[in-house]
Amino acid sequence: MTSPRASEDFPLRRRAVVEALLMDRGGLLVVAGLGAPAWDVAAMGDSDLDFPLWGAMGGAVMIGLGLALAQPERRVLVITGDGEMLMGIGSLATVAVCAPINLAIVVLDNESYGETGMQPTHTASGADLAAMAQAAGFPVSALVRDEEALASAVNLACDARGPVFVAIKIRAESPPLVLPPRDGEILKQRFRAALQ
Amino acid sequence: MRQTAEDWPGHVHRVLADAEARQIAYVPDSGLTRLIALCRADPTMTMVPLTSEQEGVALLAGAWLGGQRGALLMQGSGIGNCVNMLSLTTVCRFPLLIIATMRGETGETNPWQLLMGSIASDVLGLAAVGVRRAETADAVGAAVAEAAREAFDGPAASAVLIAQAVIGIKSFDDD
Repeated sequence: MTSPRASEDFPLRRRAVVEALLMDRGGLLVVAGLGAPAWDVAAMGDSDLDFPLWGAMGGAVMIGLGLALAQPERRVLVITGDGEMLMGIGSLATVAVCAPINLAIVVLDNESYGETGMQPTHTASGADLAAMAQAAGFPVSALVRDEEALASAVNLACDARGPVFVAIKIRAESPPLVLPPRDGEILKQRFRAALQ
Repeated sequence: MRQTAEDWPGHVHRVLADAEARQIAYVPDSGLTRLIALCRADPTMTMVPLTSEQEGVALLAGAWLGGQRGALLMQGSGIGNCVNMLSLTTVCRFPLLIIATMRGETGETNPWQLLMGSIASDVLGLAAVGVRRAETADAVGAAVAEAAREAFDGPAASAVLIAQAVIGIKSFDDD
């Protein structure tokens, strides 16, 4: 058994956070990082304007950047996990250089690698993703720990002038799996068709 | 401007512009200096400097999702940094156009470049990326034009490796 961890008692729950982010999504374009963030987005209902990842760890933010640059009139939201974000941490500096005003990144930070046995990520030892984003040059960066701060974080993610970074501390838990389609070519084609 | 064999960067820039490559992702190499400058001066192109080459593979997937084309410029050693991210390209059949200037070939003076110099082409092939080598300056533009057609009409992943003989040898000797 692993020892009890602080993140097991965090008040915010991942599915409720994603519901708050997506319930009034309108034409929002969503990239979901591999693992639980992709399942969370799928749990809100399968959408052609979601691009959920089953791999490509470390790439979610950059996919969001390419999409945001190509579609400057659309809002792009990347929802990913702390482990996935850490693997592509340099991409925060790349986003800051490009400074797309229509891109927001939300990291669901449970301080754990949830798909591989809940081993602690570096954020469990204090790595501060919001501070790293700010230091990389993000004009808007926030760390959210409770319900009270969540509403303003949703506004930041969905409406504030970007690039926006929000890290949300969520409870380490494994809600029931809701799987998106796993055929990448279908995900790609339907996303492009829905944008036409 | 009259086109000469020595002006391969000018030729490649025109090929990229004609192919409507809008997002130009790069990790710089000395051999790419002029091409990067030409792309930067082109108002139809958005430059995306990367911290690591794999970022460019993911960026161009996102660009294509949003309806734009692009290209990834790097030194050949960066091929190794791309490998796992190429699963995104392969499984979703995203177009990918890579232009890489090679190190670790004839006359290399830095032994740390030799490994990727010797395996970059094979690594790309194993990852289902088509490879063209341009051995001379006047072959580069045509190779990029073919690779661009293959990438965007496919879609397919396609790379052009520009031989170190075209770029020259980096010297570490004091003159």
